[in-house]
Amino acid sequence: MAMEQTIYRELKATPGVWQVAVLLLAFLAAAGGAWFYMEHHGHAVTGMDNQIVWGLPHVFAIFLIVAASGALNVASIASVFGQTAYKPMARFSSLLAITLLVGGLAVVVLDLGRADRLIVAMTTYNFTSIFAWNVLLYNGFIAVVAVYLVMQMMRRLDYRWVRLAGLVAFLWRLALTTGTGSIFGWLVARPGYDAAIMAPLFIVMSFSFGLAMFILVTLALFKLNDRPFGDQLLVRMGRLLGIFAAAVLYFTTVQHLTNLYAAEHGSVERFFLVEGGIYTLLFWGVQVVLGGLIPIALVFLNPSRSSTILASILVVIGGFAQLYVIIIGGQAYPLEIFPGYDVLEGWHEGVVNPYTPSIWELMLGLGGVALALFAAGLGAKILRVLPTNLSDANIAAKN
Amino acid sequence: MTNRAEMTRRDILKSGAAAATVTLAPGVTLMAFGGTAAEASGRADSGKRWGLLIDASKCSPDCNDCVTACKTENGWGKDIESDHISPEQAPEWIRKVTLRDKTTGRTTSAPVMCQHCEEPPCVDVCPTGASMKRPDGIVLVDKHICIGCRYCMMACPYKARSFVHEPISDQPEQNPRGKGTVESCNLCAPRIDSGRIPACVEACEKAGHSAILFGDLKDPESPISKALKEYPSVALREDLQLNQGVRYTNL
Amino acid sequence: MRLVLAFLAVFGFAWGAAADGSMPVVPAATGDPHPEGNDYWRVHHMKMLLHDRDLTMRDGVRNVMPGAEPIQASLGECFDCHGVQDEAGAYVSYEDERHFCRVCHDYTAVQVDCFMCHRSTPSDSTAHRTMATPDDPSSIEAYLARLAQEMTE
Repeated sequence: MAMEQTIYRELKATPGVWQVAVLLLAFLAAAGGAWFYMEHHGHAVTGMDNQIVWGLPHVFAIFLIVAASGALNVASIASVFGQTAYKPMARFSSLLAITLLVGGLAVVVLDLGRADRLIVAMTTYNFTSIFAWNVLLYNGFIAVVAVYLVMQMMRRLDYRWVRLAGLVAFLWRLALTTGTGSIFGWLVARPGYDAAIMAPLFIVMSFSFGLAMFILVTLALFKLNDRPFGDQLLVRMGRLLGIFAAAVLYFTTVQHLTNLYAAEHGSVERFFLVEGGIYTLLFWGVQVVLGGLIPIALVFLNPSRSSTILASILVVIGGFAQLYVIIIGGQAYPLEIFPGYDVLEGWHEGVVNPYTPSIWELMLGLGGVALALFAAGLGAKILRVLPTNLSDANIAAKN
Repeated sequence: MTNRAEMTRRDILKSGAAAATVTLAPGVTLMAFGGTAAEASGRADSGKRWGLLIDASKCSPDCNDCVTACKTENGWGKDIESDHISPEQAPEWIRKVTLRDKTTGRTTSAPVMCQHCEEPPCVDVCPTGASMKRPDGIVLVDKHICIGCRYCMMACPYKARSFVHEPISDQPEQNPRGKGTVESCNLCAPRIDSGRIPACVEACEKAGHSAILFGDLKDPESPISKALKEYPSVALREDLQLNQGVRYTNL
Repeated sequence: MRLVLAFLAVFGFAWGAAADGSMPVVPAATGDPHPEGNDYWRVHHMKMLLHDRDLTMRDGVRNVMPGAEPIQASLGECFDCHGVQDEAGAYVSYEDERHFCRVCHDYTAVQVDCFMCHRSTPSDSTAHRTMATPDDPSSIEAYLARLAQEMTE
């Protein structure tokens, strides 16, 4: 093993860094205020109701959680798959994974009807519920990745221990993302969910969203501290992002093709693909084109620094749209309680359920993002996880 | 399952002659003191399974007595609550639906409530075990450990569950309900435990329709078991094979 | 600096204790006293509530059978004796600091989770506290008898 030449240095608190920190804290404060308001008045003040049970906060939370497990990928590519070009980024990748997960969990927990019973959720488990397993998987992820990060930072430690920790973390994050996808995939009641493909779909989504978030956050921090990030490295990561985005499109295609083939799923597919209004628009326009086809075209037909950056932004936007369609679209489509019957009167039966997110839900979701970013920046400031130099010359010299 | 966070082995041993029941597995209850069949009727007995048989032909589209009775008994649906919430956020433990057959055009009406499945998806998905099934088949929410995650609401195929969206006061003593927890029809478990029929059954009988038949599905001599054996009945979304305790005829 | 902070802390505690008098004044209850004594209840009421709560929730034990082992801590029955009235004679709920539970729990700063869901005042609807007799028309026995009669007709 060649001698480690990467120098890791704490983030320097430049005025730019302070400004971003203050901005993020403002979002955090706003989210705190929104949560107080929702907690005090109850979910009556939100747009969520008994038909659309999970709303915008959950879109944000699941995005952050999925991106968290994907952000660890960069470290896994280095430790598990032995790509030395990614090694300098491995430490920050681990840190970002933890902070993104914490941000997502914060949103989910604060949206609970009884957030004060978090202790109950963490001590009382019904193990037939994938949700209960997820509580263990999420908390365990934080612990496992923390150990992995510490091991990476111990230079005198034999590298094979780091590889072992990296392998454990990689397998754990696969289990975690499988669990997250299965939250939806194991729901027999709703035609938009009940599908085995949800778990692998979420895994490739995590690859894609996680890498995009990693690229954007790392670039931002490097920019704030004037550290060089090589074009070739960015192009290479952009290509990888393109492959992941293509994989997401593939699994999405398989999901919908399979559903289209089954007559019983015909109407839900018609809803998503044709008649669903906002959901159809988000699916085709934002998820497939803006968040899928365009980024893929950008990084393969015009590989460049700016292509990667733009592709990352588009993938993130497309990711939000995809989760919005899955989570909220899946609830908007009415439950088929009485197949073969029209419902003339009932309790919002058989009609597409409307949903208008409230400002409080948006503030809470954005607060989760702000928490993740603030914690990542804080971690980069306190710990030596950010390499000083990711220029192409440096990487080539190490290789 | 007993909430292990509170009960310790010492408590169970100290109870001694008290009615200490240790739940070994869902549906199996070991009684620490010998009880006769008569005494057992004052508690959830795994030898019984309570169910409903709803005859849609006896149900009138204009009648809402079962809904009104449920509201009165369990304290939901009051006007004072609906001031701050949207209609979509209002709780609905039981609702009347009017259906029209797509092929024949025939219309029927029936009440729909929690179907008290034998394999409830809501119980499977609850992370804390708050959504539970009693030994006598009644499915309900233990609001002491409900964290309000609403996953059970996502899982229920019948939209039987409601989330309480705002602070509540003046609850009936036998039916606590509060902001931030999930609730649903509990087959009037407090009434059944004190030997009474559910409120909707009583109201339907009083209205002269008797569309809702109540009884013990495990007792072959009970009127409901005999009716199920004699007349064809369906369950909602039978393809899900949840083996509901609520069945319908003439739907 | 630390000395100043320590002094302020002690001062603060003493101020708080002195301001309210030494102990909370527990509102008088009506009805018979608990046979085990007030001290026992003060110490054990939460454990009893939790134990009996699980019996009721999970196993449907509601102590309505005559001669059955009693549920000792039924929250609704507490307020039969421990209701506190205001000047107008109306019972105060948990929102009011004169509520029976709040008098001690505010003093000890121990959070009470019960009354987000449970009512905190005496109730009129207590029919579920006793077993229905066969002559009660809403009892299961009477219902089954009516059904049997209809079937034979």
